[in-house]
Amino acid sequence: MGMPNESIETSIAPKGVGSDSARSERLSILAKLLRRPELGALSGVILVYIIFYCLAGSSGMFTLRGMTEILQVSAEIGILATTASLLMIAGEFDLSMGSMIGFAGVIIGLGSTVYHLPLYLAIVLALVICAAIGALNGWLTVRTGVPSFIVTLASMLILRGEAISDTRAINGYTQISNITEGDPDSSAISLFGGNAAQSLFSWMAHHHWIDANQAGDPSVAGIPASILWWVALTAVATWVLMRTRFGNWIFAVGGDKTSAINVGVPVDRVKIVLFMLTAMSAVLFAAIQIMQVGSADTLRGTQKEFDAIIAVVIGGTLLTGGYGSPIGAFLGALIYGTVQMGIVYTRSDADRFKVFLGVMVLLAVLFNNYIRRRATQAR
Amino acid sequence: MKYRRAGLLGGFVLNACLVLASAHAEDVIKIAVVTHSQSSDSYWGVVKKGVDDAAKLMRVNVSYDAPQTTDMVAMSRLIDAAVTQKVQGLVVSIPDAAALRKSLKAAVDAGIPVIAIDSGKDEVDKLGLKLYVGTTSYFDQGLLAAKRLMAAGVKKAVCANHEPGNLVNESACDGLKKGMDGNADRLEISLDPTDTATRMNAYLSAHPEVTGILALGAPPASNIIAALRKRGVIGKYKIGNFDVSGDTLSALSNNELLFSFDSQQYLMGYLPIVMLTLNAKFGLMPISNIYTGPNPVTSQDRDKIATLGKKGMR
Repeated sequence: MGMPNESIETSIAPKGVGSDSARSERLSILAKLLRRPELGALSGVILVYIIFYCLAGSSGMFTLRGMTEILQVSAEIGILATTASLLMIAGEFDLSMGSMIGFAGVIIGLGSTVYHLPLYLAIVLALVICAAIGALNGWLTVRTGVPSFIVTLASMLILRGEAISDTRAINGYTQISNITEGDPDSSAISLFGGNAAQSLFSWMAHHHWIDANQAGDPSVAGIPASILWWVALTAVATWVLMRTRFGNWIFAVGGDKTSAINVGVPVDRVKIVLFMLTAMSAVLFAAIQIMQVGSADTLRGTQKEFDAIIAVVIGGTLLTGGYGSPIGAFLGALIYGTVQMGIVYTRSDADRFKVFLGVMVLLAVLFNNYIRRRATQAR
Repeated sequence: MKYRRAGLLGGFVLNACLVLASAHAEDVIKIAVVTHSQSSDSYWGVVKKGVDDAAKLMRVNVSYDAPQTTDMVAMSRLIDAAVTQKVQGLVVSIPDAAALRKSLKAAVDAGIPVIAIDSGKDEVDKLGLKLYVGTTSYFDQGLLAAKRLMAAGVKKAVCANHEPGNLVNESACDGLKKGMDGNADRLEISLDPTDTATRMNAYLSAHPEVTGILALGAPPASNIIAALRKRGVIGKYKIGNFDVSGDTLSALSNNELLFSFDSQQYLMGYLPIVMLTLNAKFGLMPISNIYTGPNPVTSQDRDKIATLGKKGMR
């Protein structure tokens, strides 16, 4: 930890961030900002909010409640996107994240309802098992040379099937209800599914600074835990990527694998750890939804792996690896979550939902690329 | 110069926004429909047709939303969004009450009248919803199917379940068994035609005493009929099914199918919009559940139903 490894820094300059360190000192702060991968995504966020302000400005979307809901949806995608962005910078994919959510939910759900484990123990058990499966994904990828796209496609199918068949065999039904009722006083419920700063929100509602209902309670109880997890995870991932040796290794592995091996980067280990992280973020996602809703379903998380990858790509990370940032993924998740919920507020025909979503995603990415090209040409 | 142009452009955008926004803020009654399945599904497509027709007639602004996958958390977020929009009425299907309870409670607490359709009959009283529009329980439909099969001379029947583990389907099979005094088996099939044919044929060869079949949907029913027709044994069996489709209607008219239970799901879309509009305008609301099915359809009703099918109402 601490100072980046000098030899790696200079010998295998990654394509994006951190390269040309001598030259960048001469650039103005503005020019430096323009070269960041997240700049395009930031412009995308602004564009999306202008569009929705026009289409749904008075619909309730821009109230405290509406924005909290949007941030909650973004947070869930963002938690997956953070670890997915690290993995994609290292040049790999994890398509099993969505199924992993269902599988982790089943472990937590059955652990709590059938085997009467305390919630924390059930969550830790899910973390351990899923991290092990993530490690297996990584090990298979680096050992066999089969693309991670295929390896994790297989585990996506296996995990979903396993979740459904195990739950039906043990529970008789593919939904697991009343998970939190076996351990109702556990602080895990508020840690993952609760709201922070509740007294502050009540106080603000009391003083009419924020919306309140007839009873005087705030329209939003507090900041949902998922949003704080999202922000914290993004901060940690950014710090690791930009300030630690492991972060340099991630760029090196995704930028040029051969040179990375030549200078002694433990390529296999880096990838395996990153696969474990994506699996563990899926467990966090599952824990958050379960603690919020109180039930698990073997179908939870369906297609979330695509949501995560879309968010990462909108955020400026290259599909080929070696370039990107967790902050970009954060903004990508914000764009995706905003579009997903914003469309509901425009009250347009839901049959066109996917058309609209597709167009918005394409616009955001094109706009993002345009801004980035302009910015990189300018230097 | 450059900055002034940018300023002008900014002003223009803002003005355009204000015009658009004010156009949206019309004083029209807003109703939201949130279901667990997309309207591209054949069953829900008919529900949506009912919603759209009623919205046009009542001149209200109705949105129809469903999660991209059958994801109850995503569905609860759509309900939350409807509450945030302060709609004057909410129509929901409730396939998993545990996952939706919190959001529905918030809607009721916000004073929004909520009508459950298709599923969620038992939640009406628990959550303080207005009423339920949909079929009677699947158990009761199973009982009714047993009555019809027995009247046609069936001594022993089989319940072909294409979604084993689906609690609702299991209870229909339980109903059939109860109605037949225990003389009903359960057979797991799927939505795949080959799979259905092999399992059904194997089962029927092993159980020659079984002469009655209940299928729990229109596609599995047509798969079973096709399989038996191919083997030339269709005349031996009395078959009933849930839901109506083009295939099942022609099977009805060929007397290959004894009856279909129609859910009349057009009414599940249409009636709640009418009721919620009247509620918003005059405070009127019926006080009990409305059952749209099972409406038994036999070969005599075939033409009438087929005409409605062409209009997208079945």
